[in-house]
Amino acid sequence: MTDINRYVSGLLSSKDDAPDRLLQYLCSIQHQFSHIPEEAVQLLSERLKIPRVEIVSIVYFYSFLHMHHRGDFDILFSDNITDRMLGSLPLLNSMCKKLGVEIGKTRADGRVSIERTSCTGLCDQGPALLVNGLAVSRLDEDRIHKMVGLIEAGTPVVNWPKKFFKIEDNIQRRDKLLDDVIIQGSAIEAFAVKGGDAVLKSIKKSGLRGRGGAGFSAATKWQICRDAPGEEHYVLCNADEGEPGTFKDRILLNSYANVMFEGMTICGGIIGANKGYLYLRGEYLYLRQALEETIQKRRDSGLLGKDILGRKGFDFDIEIHMGAGAYICGEESAMIESMEGKRGIPRDRPPFPVTHGYKGQPTVVNNVETFVAAARIAVFGADWFRSAGTKQSCGTKLLSISGDCARPGIYEYPYGISIRQILEDCGAEDTQAVQVSGAAGFTIPPQEFYRTIAFEDVPTGGSFMIFNRRRDLLEMVQNFNRFFCHESCGFCTPCRIGGILMKDLLNKVIVGHATAYDLNEMKKIGLLMKKTAHCGLGTTAPNPILDTMEKFPGIYSKHLLNRSYEPAFDLDAALETSRHITGRDDEAAHIRYER
Amino acid sequence: MNMEKTFRLDGKAIPFEDGETVMDAALKAGEYIPHLCHNPDYKPHGSCRICVVDVNGRHQCSCTLPASEDMEVDNSSEAITDKRRTLLQMLFVEGNHICPACEKSGSCQLQAVAYQTGMLSPHFTHFFPKRSIDASHPDIVFYFNRCILCGLCVRVSRDVDKKSVFSLSGRGNRTRIIFNSPSGKAGDTELAITDKAVSVCPTGAILPKHLGYETPVGERLYDRLPISVVGDAAKHHSAKKHFMSDDSDE
Repeated sequence: MTDINRYVSGLLSSKDDAPDRLLQYLCSIQHQFSHIPEEAVQLLSERLKIPRVEIVSIVYFYSFLHMHHRGDFDILFSDNITDRMLGSLPLLNSMCKKLGVEIGKTRADGRVSIERTSCTGLCDQGPALLVNGLAVSRLDEDRIHKMVGLIEAGTPVVNWPKKFFKIEDNIQRRDKLLDDVIIQGSAIEAFAVKGGDAVLKSIKKSGLRGRGGAGFSAATKWQICRDAPGEEHYVLCNADEGEPGTFKDRILLNSYANVMFEGMTICGGIIGANKGYLYLRGEYLYLRQALEETIQKRRDSGLLGKDILGRKGFDFDIEIHMGAGAYICGEESAMIESMEGKRGIPRDRPPFPVTHGYKGQPTVVNNVETFVAAARIAVFGADWFRSAGTKQSCGTKLLSISGDCARPGIYEYPYGISIRQILEDCGAEDTQAVQVSGAAGFTIPPQEFYRTIAFEDVPTGGSFMIFNRRRDLLEMVQNFNRFFCHESCGFCTPCRIGGILMKDLLNKVIVGHATAYDLNEMKKIGLLMKKTAHCGLGTTAPNPILDTMEKFPGIYSKHLLNRSYEPAFDLDAALETSRHITGRDDEAAHIRYER
Repeated sequence: MNMEKTFRLDGKAIPFEDGETVMDAALKAGEYIPHLCHNPDYKPHGSCRICVVDVNGRHQCSCTLPASEDMEVDNSSEAITDKRRTLLQMLFVEGNHICPACEKSGSCQLQAVAYQTGMLSPHFTHFFPKRSIDASHPDIVFYFNRCILCGLCVRVSRDVDKKSVFSLSGRGNRTRIIFNSPSGKAGDTELAITDKAVSVCPTGAILPKHLGYETPVGERLYDRLPISVVGDAAKHHSAKKHFMSDDSDE
């Protein structure tokens, strides 16, 4: 029996061999063997009765799974614009050079591979990277140098200096949610004493809206789910915090996991679910062990499992599902597909997950922060929550602040706070723009800094990236555009192709070959994506371009040629071969551009 | 009779039954909505977006949208046609669609829908991707240059033929069709020329071997009448008679 056979067989016998656990098995196999061996594909296919072609297609969908061997040290540089602003690119190149590695390719001896990856959620302590799933923060030349030494010496990651892996919560401003702690189990007690209806009523009265960004009323969602017919009901906590510049869930998962699990548990009690899942993004693998331990402790204290707090029939347990590097899985229906062991392609909606979700059953999907807030509301009541915020946006919001400011980190504010005030608090100076709500969000110019964080004004899932006047905003736009191209699931035409067309046009602008005609093209493609794409990723992907074209026209116009049309290819560059053959390089052998 | 539920398509009343999509009801009533990834015989999935319509001011995919009585559907205004044309142009530049060199030309649904929307050029810059040809199967050849990733072969092989010969693999613009064999070759799969999946391709990506130019140019499926009159290619073809236009057309 081979190692692979033994390992895969062990995996399959340890839990009930369900096809919908496929992604979980693949994550474990990748971690163990640095790739998905052919033998493992065959075994999984036979045992789970899934055609091999589907297994392979899943491996190619998720960024963290590979059919080919990755290095023993598999390194992923976080490539968000905030990492780049902190100097990640020279560090990436330096590491590649020192180790003799080409980006995206495993070194011939199999020792190391280096790749870029989407935002890893360490924007306040970047530049950052992941090595074999563990996060290394605050990279600098010295740290890179030491890592290179450790890699060449073959020192296992567990023996690397602990300080490399120190991740800080970095909470700069606390309000209700982070300050007013509750005693463990008290939300569940409240549920047991007051009853599900009363707690639901309280959440309804509190005006709690989903913290992931869409802002749907949490109580309404729970109520619809409770009333929807189904053999089972499920609670799903969305911890796939992938929006570039967002890291507030990392803090909640790290330091407030008990409250989050408590929120999930009362949700389960209210909607009649026995099972909850935490979908944890692959980039947060290093948080998993502590979360598993917290879950186990809660089981041991009677806060999870059978007959919770001794109440007959109140059964609820929580399991962690790992993501594997796919931003799209933050979209709730794609997340459910992923949970069922498939490629994360968003479903057609309606029907919505609240009536037809995980395994086709009624499912509540809420963000980490929403569950934390719900648990607090169950204990402190609706008025406690409503006393902060605005009429339409009750309570407080966690913001992940990064970019050009003196004090990046986590800031909790009551809704209604102005952008200007936030900038002042975090020590931002000479600000050119703020990108609120991530790559899919809004670019806010200084003349709009009076605007407020609220569902009715500038809504956000929590990302807040600051750019001062020395930054070239086009670099931000380009970074976000590449992000969306990389993360598009490829299902629908406008997102799959439109994103790439935008990428080429943007590049044409940056190299100085574009005309006003090309800007109109970008606008046309962007609006088409907004109108016809299949899901929220596709409809928001053009936002950074459309928004900056409108609010920062100067960043484009300064690159434009003053003519009506310019072909997509560079005429002068196209002559290079001829020049080479004829040995000419004089003026007449060039086509010069008039600016 | 008056109990019949209807919605309005370009001002015309279209009857429908509960659960029916806008596409199904329109086709049943003899109204054509352009489409590529949809085949009325199979479950819709709405990926190509060509069937986009304006419903009460919102753009929706008609093949997946359940019909309801309050709907005012725009299927033919210039605004909608323009969007479809742009989506088609995207599909044309994403692959390598050299119509004059393709045996499916004239019977190709992609080409026919492009004509129907008045598309005269691909407009955008060609991607010129390097894509392969798989000729390993004794009876069938795959030209991936012409694949528009509609997923029809994937779905029909899985759901109807019960073979799961194909899958869409990868993500974003790296998405591609792969085969269910360790070698990755079509010839090593269970695929047979008689499989339904072979005959559902809306382009010339899946073609039977040993047949060439059986129907002369000028007499092909869409050579005389537009697709809005003729209908889908798949409905006129069995895999073995790929290029024969149906006699009943005339």
